[in-house]
Amino acid sequence: MTRDPNSSQDIRLGHADRGFVGKILRLDALQTGSSLSPHELEQRLVEMGFVEGARVEILHEGTIRRDPIAVRVDTITIALRRSEAMAVIVE
Amino acid sequence: MTTASLRLALVGAPNTGKTSLFNRLTGSSQKVANYPGVTVERKSGGFVTPQGRNVTVLDLPGTYSLRGRSPDEEITRDIVLGRFKGEAVPDLVFCVADATNLRLTLRLVLELKRIGRPMILVLNMIDIARRRGVTIDLDRLSQELGLPIVTSVAVRKGGVDDLLKRTDEFLARSRETPATGQWTAPTIADLKAAQREADRIIAASVTLPAKPDTLTNRIDAVVLHPVAGLVILALILFVMFQAVFTWAQPAMELLSDGFSALGQVVHDVLPEGLLQSFLQNGVISGVGSVIVFLPQIIIIFLFILLLEDFGYMARAAFLMDRIMGGAGLHGRAFIPLLSSFACAIPGIMATRVIDNRRDRLTTILIAPLMTCSARIPVYTLIISAFVPAKMLWGWVNLQGLVMFGLYAAGITSALTVSAVAKFFLWRDHAPAPFMLELPDYKIPRLRSIAIGVFTRAKMFLYRAGTTILSMMVLIWFLASFPTAPAGAEGPAINYSFAAMIGHALEPLLRPIGFNWQIAVALIPGMAAREVAVAALGTVYSIEGGKEAAEAIGQVLAQKWTLPTALSLLVWYIFAPQCASTLAVIRRETGSAKWMVVTFVYMLALAYVASFLTFNLAQALGLH
Repeated sequence: MTRDPNSSQDIRLGHADRGFVGKILRLDALQTGSSLSPHELEQRLVEMGFVEGARVEILHEGTIRRDPIAVRVDTITIALRRSEAMAVIVE
Repeated sequence: MTTASLRLALVGAPNTGKTSLFNRLTGSSQKVANYPGVTVERKSGGFVTPQGRNVTVLDLPGTYSLRGRSPDEEITRDIVLGRFKGEAVPDLVFCVADATNLRLTLRLVLELKRIGRPMILVLNMIDIARRRGVTIDLDRLSQELGLPIVTSVAVRKGGVDDLLKRTDEFLARSRETPATGQWTAPTIADLKAAQREADRIIAASVTLPAKPDTLTNRIDAVVLHPVAGLVILALILFVMFQAVFTWAQPAMELLSDGFSALGQVVHDVLPEGLLQSFLQNGVISGVGSVIVFLPQIIIIFLFILLLEDFGYMARAAFLMDRIMGGAGLHGRAFIPLLSSFACAIPGIMATRVIDNRRDRLTTILIAPLMTCSARIPVYTLIISAFVPAKMLWGWVNLQGLVMFGLYAAGITSALTVSAVAKFFLWRDHAPAPFMLELPDYKIPRLRSIAIGVFTRAKMFLYRAGTTILSMMVLIWFLASFPTAPAGAEGPAINYSFAAMIGHALEPLLRPIGFNWQIAVALIPGMAAREVAVAALGTVYSIEGGKEAAEAIGQVLAQKWTLPTALSLLVWYIFAPQCASTLAVIRRETGSAKWMVVTFVYMLALAYVASFLTFNLAQALGLH
């Protein structure tokens, strides 16, 4: 599992493996590799229920380069690409 | 109290059973049209409350928020706000929520509440929620939200009785329409606050079962497995296309026999002459040869709607995202492209779920390459005439296998075109995001699916009854006039307009193995691909007498060589043989440019591919 360089504890969801369970600390949509603007990406993530404190678990991974991922966010399952999941900082 | 009917609007997030509720309320009395000026589907219907009041229902496009990030979502917002031109503001809004999964809908409810329209929260699928052990304190939830709440089971008879009762109660109260609230787009902070508020309300009023339901997870462990998942997806598609051939057969034979019997009756009753020929050869055999394909269209739509209802479509998008991404496509393009197997027109319209313009354009460009149901008549006719109906390895129908191959060729070429477009048209463009809710699996709602299939079958028959009938009359006219001069030798059609057009096009089409009869059939085939079959029937039956009309395939098997037949099959994979698809592309992209691009690239592909097929088949000595 790759650690976020900013902190020894914080992990970007986009780097996590299948089976990872954690809690969302915050969203940081800068420098994610997504084609969306940071503002738009953050807005969409919030609309899909990615808010601080939510419990996340990576349930499934895609075939090619383990991408996209299916993430359980509290009580719902969202499929998204790892590049967008980079904006979600978890612990 | 007014006598005018109540205007009701259904609003809700995707996957909340909103469409089932709409189907349950309105039955089959639905009207599907477009909002003026845009191409978003407008689904409306009506019902009468127990106390005899008329209600008109509008099923608004599904949305997670009022922000409006796609044309569909903007319509939902503008209608609810009363901003949409030509559409009255709804008197009452039903906000539909999936009772098993309130999280995202409650945030939408909070957004909607700020607008101030009279609203009832409908907790749909309450039966599933109860079965899973989810307890909802309705009084508490209603009090927290400040909204009336009704539970419903849209898929069960009587499941919406409460809802109807509440509608009557609403009508009985004096109706004062509050001024439409001012609305400003929520900021990220607003959204977060709303989500936290929604989560707080849920925590206060919903008790989740101690042991969460794991069925969806257990199914997904297999269905979304990196390897097994793809195998399952391929199997589903394979079974679907085998079913189209095997199951539809008896019904098709029945229809086909029915139409030839009807033609015979007309032949026996009417005196020999123009009217007899017109009715038997032009109308009955022409329209009959198209309607025969109704069973196959029903089966295809049955599969698509079943998979959608089961919750599999989103999984398919998940599985295909990276694979399609390699070809420059978005995972969300999978559903529009899969719909294009039925017809490119709804497929192209469904690309509205892709909000990135370039991804959407790519999907629109390649949607017509997906094997639509209108190609089935042409494929079936040629396959049954030229491919022996034998079984391989005891269980694979060879004809089905060739059909599968044609579908595969369509898909492969679509992916190739997309990759090429990505490389040449938008090389400096980063891929768009993929974010999709994977809903819990649900047992498909048969009544809702039946209504969906019925609506589509009706559309197909309507098309057969109007466009295709008028084309059949045109081609019969072209093939019958001018009549042969007295004492002329050979069949009368050799002197008709059809022959003139066919002969004029023949030099262009000879390198790909087409004779003038095919050239004649291709022209009306521009109106709708399947018309080409009926046109071939007309051309050959008028030429060869009435026996030929009963078995176009047998005639083709005698008159065409195998290279010609293969060349025509390949032509139909690629050729832009559908004027309505081109019209929709123009409408959806807002410019004639993309329509012309589609037409030219498809025509070029078709010609080159048919040329190669014909010459290769000849070089191999096939006949």
